[in-house]
Amino acid sequence: MSSFKIFDVAGSGMSAQSVRLNTTASNLANADSVSGDPNQVYKAKHPLFEALRAGSGVNAASAGVSVRGITENQTPPSARYEPGNPLADSNGYVYAPNVNTVEEMVDMISASRSYQNNVEVMNTAKDMMIATLKLGQ
Amino acid sequence: MPVNLDSYLGVHAAALKLRSQRTEVLAANIANADTPNYQARDIDFKSALAAASGAKDSGVHLATTSAGHIGTNSVSGGAAPELKYRTPLAPSLDGNTVDAQLEQAAFAENTVHYQATLTFVSAKFRALMTAITGQ
Repeated sequence: MSSFKIFDVAGSGMSAQSVRLNTTASNLANADSVSGDPNQVYKAKHPLFEALRAGSGVNAASAGVSVRGITENQTPPSARYEPGNPLADSNGYVYAPNVNTVEEMVDMISASRSYQNNVEVMNTAKDMMIATLKLGQ
Repeated sequence: MPVNLDSYLGVHAAALKLRSQRTEVLAANIANADTPNYQARDIDFKSALAAASGAKDSGVHLATTSAGHIGTNSVSGGAAPELKYRTPLAPSLDGNTVDAQLEQAAFAENTVHYQATLTFVSAKFRALMTAITGQ
């Protein structure tokens, strides 16, 4: 029965959004992880979503979402002059990650709402199927 | 008088199937609310139901003047209803055309209609049971 596909679709959405929440948590946790080497410093990570197509052509229904990969923000890290920091390089600079905490917080709210949406879809689909199973009783 | 169960259920059997297919399409839209370049899709329920129940829809079709011609109805008239793209109200910069609120509203509406159709089918079966048991 095709209704079972709804669970796959909503489940893929939930798993994709939880990957997004994971990267946000990682970005926020590392927002202040400075480094003395601009190439070694933490870079903000973001998931890349992709629609999973079932079938082909105009009538191909989408069957959910997958995380194609995690991208790293390539904006150069900001340099801070902190000669007292034990991690500072020979010129006294430390490099802070390119994490925008405000952006990450907004992303977190968005991911959490999308996750809740998918949970709601799954719950509704479950209720619909239970109602169908009770047909004729 | 023999009872044909398919014709006895009327349009509701086809409607139930279409409603469940539409739930799937809307679920896919909600799951892809944050996917770049994803375009929201939907089923035109009225024309899909008309096609499923064998009625002539009022759309424009190719004329078939020879037996070898393929009618436009036969292309889409199969198990799967024709999926259309939603016209976005405010598409986002990443090419995504899913409006979460609109999809949620459509999903809720579709669920209520599914349950209504289910009630109709269930009532039909109850009527049949009453006729069979004679109580």
